[in-house]
Amino acid sequence: MPANTSPANPSAAERLLDLYRMMARIRAFENAAEETSRGGVAVFGSTADAIALVRGPLHLSTGQEAVAAGVCANLERSDYLTSTHRGHGHTLAKGADPTAMMCELFGRATGTNHGKGGSMHIADFSVGMLGANGVVAAGIPIAVGAAHSAKIRGSGAIVACFFGDGAINRGPFMEGLNWAKIFELPVLFVCEDNRYSATTATDAMTAGAGAAARALSMDIPAETVDGNDVLAVEQAARELAARVRSGRGPQFLHALTYRVKGHVSVDPASYRKQSEVDGALESDPLKLAAAKLAALGVAAARIAEIEAQARVEIDAAVAVARAAPFPAADAAFTDVQDTGAGQWL
Amino acid sequence: MALINYAQAACQALAEAMRADPHVIALGEDVGRGGIFGQYLGLQQEFGEARIIDTPISESTIMGAAVGMALTGLRPVVEMRVADFALCAIDEIVNQAAKNRYMFGGQGRVPLVARLPIGLWSGSAAQHSQSLEAWFAHIPGLVVVAPSTPADNYELLAAAIACDDPVIYMEHKELWAMTGELPSKRTATLGKARVARPGTDLTLVTWSKLVHAATEAAEQAAQQGISVEVIDLRTIWPWDRDLVLASAARTGRMLVAHDAVQAAGFGAEIAATVAEELGIPVKRVGTPRIPVGYARTLEDVARVPAERLLQELKRFVEAK
Repeated sequence: MPANTSPANPSAAERLLDLYRMMARIRAFENAAEETSRGGVAVFGSTADAIALVRGPLHLSTGQEAVAAGVCANLERSDYLTSTHRGHGHTLAKGADPTAMMCELFGRATGTNHGKGGSMHIADFSVGMLGANGVVAAGIPIAVGAAHSAKIRGSGAIVACFFGDGAINRGPFMEGLNWAKIFELPVLFVCEDNRYSATTATDAMTAGAGAAARALSMDIPAETVDGNDVLAVEQAARELAARVRSGRGPQFLHALTYRVKGHVSVDPASYRKQSEVDGALESDPLKLAAAKLAALGVAAARIAEIEAQARVEIDAAVAVARAAPFPAADAAFTDVQDTGAGQWL
Repeated sequence: MALINYAQAACQALAEAMRADPHVIALGEDVGRGGIFGQYLGLQQEFGEARIIDTPISESTIMGAAVGMALTGLRPVVEMRVADFALCAIDEIVNQAAKNRYMFGGQGRVPLVARLPIGLWSGSAAQHSQSLEAWFAHIPGLVVVAPSTPADNYELLAAAIACDDPVIYMEHKELWAMTGELPSKRTATLGKARVARPGTDLTLVTWSKLVHAATEAAEQAAQQGISVEVIDLRTIWPWDRDLVLASAARTGRMLVAHDAVQAAGFGAEIAATVAEELGIPVKRVGTPRIPVGYARTLEDVARVPAERLLQELKRFVEAK
């Protein structure tokens, strides 16, 4: 680190640098996952390439890093988190080890899920990350139950429940919010609004004033923030998480961001205009944060160094994952169920 | 010994489990006032609203929340009212509860019991009468239980609550008022069938309420010189292959009966297994593939009465 570049406002700069570091790690992780997935899923009648390291549907959170970083900066390790099919960022920001995560994407025995889940089901219970989910909105009732459990057990933990803008049109969204409110449960709902429901723009599919209005209709306090401004997310989440922690019931954060990549990594997203994507890239969360860091007097070299460190860390994770063993075929029979284990036919 | 009914037996098993372990809770619609069949009667008075939880009519979240509770240290007993309503929570049962442990590589367990009452029940028609045990038996990760007596409801519910796997627990709606004695010591375990009546000429495998019609048919058959061994399967998955195969090998014929739809019913699985393993004659008896009608004349078509079982097993034994 260059020795003589102390920023004008050290505490604000350090706080933003921490958030920037997390976003850079998520970005590097997503980039590496995307790179190693090429050919890993069959598209348009072609056959998947057996050589691809990451197979199957890969949902990238590239461009949405500020939501994961800003919210999770306000969570303790003992808090819980439920995620979506686009969950790498949430998992990393909750404290999971990127090497174990990359091993999971590579389907290796050393992965967080021992190769049984892959990208779409990534989870790390050891840091309270209760799972990504292949079903839209399915994490909401589970989050509500974890919060209900925390309340019954008096554990003091809170739950961060991430879901997308598409999820607000599923029944479990309404059921889960209603439940959290009537029981005054310690859950922070986070609608990570990337504007797309799979390959369809969400706006045209959604009646009324949207996510926050729906929360407010159930007397759940809701804030809407620029989800690409990591400081704004962090600040709003800090306030809301503090309220949740103090027993004031569920709170709702609507973070407006943008899905830079397609629905899955192989989706070229040709259903939207390039000008729309270009416009969104102008407010890329890392770009915005870098500009703020510069304004706070942080040297460009320090920012570059953080990015380089993130790449080194993720490159190392990829190297470990490449060399790691696949699970033995008989592991397909473990962790199914204890009662009746062995009775597979 | 005092008599107790099927609903009270379950209530007692749950109360004992809740007294023994503060992590056991129950949630569902109307459980606070005792449940719609009285199977939670008095529990909220004893354990309070925080542990006998009245919920909104939100089946997805009742089941999904139970998954979240189970993952984080509680042992929830989930009331679904009737099995038909659990179809509003099918993602939570099939994709979440059943898959969680496996797809996350064994990081979590989902020790929940989902109570899904099955069977016809006095004119409840198409959406409150289904016996869907085969649906859940098809799903890896789930245990499926169908008790036929008050004693079994007491013992098997206790075993289901103690089980670390998600259990689909299917009581029969026409058995709630059935009375019986509780066992002096617990012997029933998940996955173990019971010989309800010994016999030598034919093995009749069944479960839930139909055990009683089967036993009645077997008594009548005995008077006509046919000795029928009735097996109460008790647990649909994992089903007790050893007991069924040993009995069928001895009698040389196996008939399986259930009051679920016969086509693609769980009886087909048992019949196929017995035929594959033993090469002996097998037969299925179930209900026609029609929805349950409201009028008694229609509802009766969707039943398997003792007379029909008697007819079928006589024909089966007499066939060359």
